[in-house]
Amino acid sequence: MHIPDGYLSPSTCAALYAGSTPFWYASLNKMKRRLNTQAVPLLSVFAAFSFVIMMFNLPLPGGTTGHAVGMGITAIVLGPWGSILAISVALAIQAIFFGDGGITAIGANCFNMAIAGSLVAYAVYRVIAGGSAIESSRRVAAAAVAGYCAINVSALLAAIEFGIQPSLFHDASGAPLYAPYPLHIALPAMMIGHLTIAGFAEAIVSGGVVAYLQRAEPALLKPTAPGAALPGESAGWAGTKPLWIALAVLLVLTPLGILAAGAAWGEWMPADFSSPAARQQMTAASSNQAPPAQAPAGLQKLSAIWTAPMPRYAPSVLKSPQFGYLLSAMAGAGLIVLAFLAGAWIFSRVRR
Amino acid sequence: MDLLAGAPVKASFIERSIEGLSKGLSFAALADASAHAQTGLLQRVDPRVKVAGVFTLIVAVAAAHSLLAIAAVLLLALTLAIASRVPAASLAKWVWMPVLLFSGAIALPAVFLTPGDRFPGLPVTAQGLRAASFLLLRAETAVSLSSLLVLTTRWAHLLKALRVLRLPVVFVVILGMTYRYLFLMLQTALDMFESRESRTVGVLDPADRRRLASATVGVLLSKSYQLSSEVHLAMQSRGFRGEVYLLDEFTTRGADWVWLTVFLAVAAAAAWVGR
Repeated sequence: MHIPDGYLSPSTCAALYAGSTPFWYASLNKMKRRLNTQAVPLLSVFAAFSFVIMMFNLPLPGGTTGHAVGMGITAIVLGPWGSILAISVALAIQAIFFGDGGITAIGANCFNMAIAGSLVAYAVYRVIAGGSAIESSRRVAAAAVAGYCAINVSALLAAIEFGIQPSLFHDASGAPLYAPYPLHIALPAMMIGHLTIAGFAEAIVSGGVVAYLQRAEPALLKPTAPGAALPGESAGWAGTKPLWIALAVLLVLTPLGILAAGAAWGEWMPADFSSPAARQQMTAASSNQAPPAQAPAGLQKLSAIWTAPMPRYAPSVLKSPQFGYLLSAMAGAGLIVLAFLAGAWIFSRVRR
Repeated sequence: MDLLAGAPVKASFIERSIEGLSKGLSFAALADASAHAQTGLLQRVDPRVKVAGVFTLIVAVAAAHSLLAIAAVLLLALTLAIASRVPAASLAKWVWMPVLLFSGAIALPAVFLTPGDRFPGLPVTAQGLRAASFLLLRAETAVSLSSLLVLTTRWAHLLKALRVLRLPVVFVVILGMTYRYLFLMLQTALDMFESRESRTVGVLDPADRRRLASATVGVLLSKSYQLSSEVHLAMQSRGFRGEVYLLDEFTTRGADWVWLTVFLAVAAAAAWVGR
């Protein structure tokens, strides 16, 4: 995901340098205040550590390479501010000394991976880990999810930066001057690889290292676990109550989705192509391009294969759409929770 | 066991990591040797002038909207590399080929996907061809320029010279210390992988491989922590109180001013031609 020179326009690069500078400044001040003279050696050695971790890289399908950037584990051990600086320094050295990532793109790469990545990883880790004990398996899961989310947020930012280039920067003939793919190609191209392979690489490194540190050196996990329960005090997952409450609130709020006008772009049914009202909505949503007169033959054929038990989130037995939507949300969320519980049960069996 | 079964031997993840780590070390060794060659042209130029010149050229390449202007800067970089006795073969191996493979794979589909005027009988558009050429040429030129800087400047000098970019002193010091400990870390990781590889018979199953990889990172992490405390104590015992100073020993000679003018003039010309 290291963006080379020539992929982003100078103005995009300048904007991302400007966006990164306040984070660098604030992180350095925070680290200096907290650690005093220890900040310089700690950041230097951890920047070297992140650099080495980034060299453990995996080839991804589609020609890109996936690095386990290590933002998850760095943010968990050093906290977000230390992680921002350590990874930024590692990225700068990669760009200047090893030609990996562009010099004009250092700001962009730091913004995506060091800054956004570290902040997301830290927030996700703290929220999921909650007040669980240092040795809790919940911390391992929290670290894995944190790494997975962080690398995917970074990839999403990079994909957006790539995707806006062709519409903003092209020559008189319409040839893109920088990254040539618009959002609808850049987003899936970047995200497929990261949602699968690179995301899991990051999750394995974050979760695996936290599991290792729990056994070998739990003291390293303490600074970012201020409310951690003492061993034996809490049963690991018992403190997940706030998360369940948040999930319940979100479920109750789901009927808000009905307020959104029109159908989501691209989520059309074959019948919509023959309904005048639906056709009007489709035209409006597709920057005034009229849809084909008949539903595409492939869509007709494939949509006949499977009929959902609750089509359009509205079970046919219910009259009120709000209540049907709520019921669908509960059934959907319930199925997902059940799937995870089953997975956790099988996993704990296998481990034993 | 792959060897006994006569099946093709596939490099294990350990071997691939060893390969990656030693590649990093060998490029640094090459850069160091090349930067110490006193006979080269750019090796004698003030590092600050080189940093300012090369960075301005890279920005000019990014800003130029003309393939010809970018190609001219690439040609200049090539000429300077030859005059500085940077072996073209190592440039090709370390710089051009990796960029060609990476950016080439990304640029290629653009030739077909970019909307525009199609060549008769071909699925290729003129705009797509132009877009792919921009991407590849800019990436190659920028990386050639930055490698030229690294291959003709000792890293200690290069770091100090980064001060001309108004980088705060403390960042320069952290960059310098990171670069120094980087090699220790690379070597440590390499040693860990090699010792594990020499004790491994047969093929590890995927779960063991994952455990091995994360344990390696974990060990490296706790070593980093110990190392940083030791370095901190060593710094304190030598009088470090939190302020950092750099000894600035650069002197700018007349020839350096000429070089600076040349760099800036070429960058301005490239940006103006390709405006």
